[in-house]
Amino acid sequence: MKKLTALILGPVALVTTLITLWMGYFVTPADKVQGELARLVYIHPAQAWVALYLSFGTATLASALYLWPRTRSVTADRIAAAAVEVSTVFIALTLITGSIWGRPTWGVWWVWDARLTSTAVLGVLMLGYLALRRANDDPLLRARRSAVFAILTAINVPIVHFSVVWWKTLHQGATVFTDNRHLKIHGSMAWTLLLSFIALSLDFAWLVRARYRVGSVSAANESADLEAALEARRTEAGA
Amino acid sequence: MMRTAYLVALKDLRIELRSRVLLWQVLPFGLMALVLCGLAVGPDARQQSRIAPGLFYLVVTLVALLVINRSSQIESPRGTRTSLLTLGLDAGGVFLGKAAAMLVQLFATATALLFGTTVLLHVPVHAALVTLPIVLLATATLSAAGVLYGLVASSSSSSATLLPVLALPAFAPILIAGERSFSSLISAGSLSRWVLLLIFSLVAYGSIGVLLYGALEES
Amino acid sequence: MAIASLRDIVVTAGTFPLLAGVNLELEGATSYVVTGPNGVGKTSLLRLLAGLEAPTRGSGHVLNFDLATTQRRQVRRNVGWLGHEGSFYDDLSATDNLLFAARALRLDVALVAPALERVGLGGRLRTPVKLLSAGQRRRLGLAWLLVRRPQLWLLDEPYASLDDAGRDLMSDLINHATASGATVVLSSHDPVRRDVVASHIEMRGGRIERVG
Repeated sequence: MKKLTALILGPVALVTTLITLWMGYFVTPADKVQGELARLVYIHPAQAWVALYLSFGTATLASALYLWPRTRSVTADRIAAAAVEVSTVFIALTLITGSIWGRPTWGVWWVWDARLTSTAVLGVLMLGYLALRRANDDPLLRARRSAVFAILTAINVPIVHFSVVWWKTLHQGATVFTDNRHLKIHGSMAWTLLLSFIALSLDFAWLVRARYRVGSVSAANESADLEAALEARRTEAGA
Repeated sequence: MMRTAYLVALKDLRIELRSRVLLWQVLPFGLMALVLCGLAVGPDARQQSRIAPGLFYLVVTLVALLVINRSSQIESPRGTRTSLLTLGLDAGGVFLGKAAAMLVQLFATATALLFGTTVLLHVPVHAALVTLPIVLLATATLSAAGVLYGLVASSSSSSATLLPVLALPAFAPILIAGERSFSSLISAGSLSRWVLLLIFSLVAYGSIGVLLYGALEES
Repeated sequence: MAIASLRDIVVTAGTFPLLAGVNLELEGATSYVVTGPNGVGKTSLLRLLAGLEAPTRGSGHVLNFDLATTQRRQVRRNVGWLGHEGSFYDDLSATDNLLFAARALRLDVALVAPALERVGLGGRLRTPVKLLSAGQRRRLGLAWLLVRRPQLWLLDEPYASLDDAGRDLMSDLINHATASGATVVLSSHDPVRRDVVASHIEMRGGRIERVG
């Protein structure tokens, strides 16, 4: 079962993504108000789902499992690291596609909307996580510190979100968003939207798995090296 | 735990009392930052007073980074860290003690900076006085978060540059809550939800610190 | 009864094996001198015995605490550690440093002043540690051990940067400690002084080559 999943995950993710693209470009109609731009709905919401919920959720869960002594394992640490890396890429994509959508719709590249702002802050925190991993050489210390940082981030995200929501609503009455953001979705559009979520989730799973394997292979290399290193150490004459 | 917290807080404060880093380095930096903020806004007094609360909290956040760095530096030499480990102190107590010492230092600095803001950026004196309890709450939250982020960043040789990347995003809500509540005292606006947000953050950081500080300390 | 026993212990830093399979039994009321060239793993062995390093492989007990589990924390509390590098708060005075440590371990604070007197720091009670010379800091470390009175003393290069009087004092204290039932392990790359009766632990390539 595990082997089969490993074998077909990549191809299935690729094919569903291609079908989503094909349906998004050629099968579904353009929107009456937003025109061709509306086709971003087949990529942007699914990206945000992967970036903010799926990958960040995976990273938080894996970090919590690492910190809990009974479930502590190298696997949890590696999955957390892989999920954060993928999350960072998807957050960047979400912000980019959002901006592409926002410029013609709202007339500006950036608005201080709560979702946008908290996504951007989360993006910086994810970069911080990656910076933290690179700043530590000791694998145990690195795993612990990154796990604690991931938990702190998980608590931060809702706090940041609410603070920006309140900041915004208390600051100015009218919101920049207008109703034309909401598309009327039906028929082939709904199916394509659903498919995009499945496709990008599969892409996520495939990427995390690939990244995880890179992590395990390099760790396996290191432990194979340990035998050689022990041998070398034992025969040292001394400096 | 409380005994450890008391010992550690006393030790950190005594070190500050002997070295005076806060008085001679951090406070002058904060005051200069305020002056720079005033210059950046332009000479219009009304404009300055309108955004004074935001500038005040911006400077407090920057000052907090220095204080956090200093606090984690105290234990960063390898030998000092080793001997602290051999004392086998309760980790939750160490966290609380360091946070308490940091709060004392940060609140004292913030109070001085608030006075500076009142004078330099034309804030009504009554608003500054009324906001002081919220400054206490905000600096407490900054301290609890700061001790955690300080230790997370401290392991690496580049801790001084790593700390802002890790901590500033987390400080954003504290800055927003402080600024909004301060502004609400000058013009109008809601106060209670910002106080709630700060209390919630303080409790969250406090409990995580007590629970997880040990996991960070261990090497 | 053995006060410490180590079985095939490997300790790594990143991927480098600091200790490459160590076997050792330490008896009570004895002193040991760990010898070997620089980088052979002397400090790592002492850190392992102090519970400051976790074994990557192998098993071991120190003072009846398991090194492979969280009992390592208990080991740290119960050994006396004299580090190679300065282990005190630079901005605090000699007295304040020892008072903080003594209070943390709930030891008798009345022992602090006599201990400082004994190691010859009686005239430097209020001096910040950063103003003390390297030899004086080493003496301050000794004063801490006198307050601490541990069952197992771990001294990393204790004779380094001490003057002749300081070396005599060190040997005197080590002999006194073993006479009163404690075990002392010290590392040295110098020829060992004759005034300390000790077993030798010879290290080579991250392992123990010979004990005797």
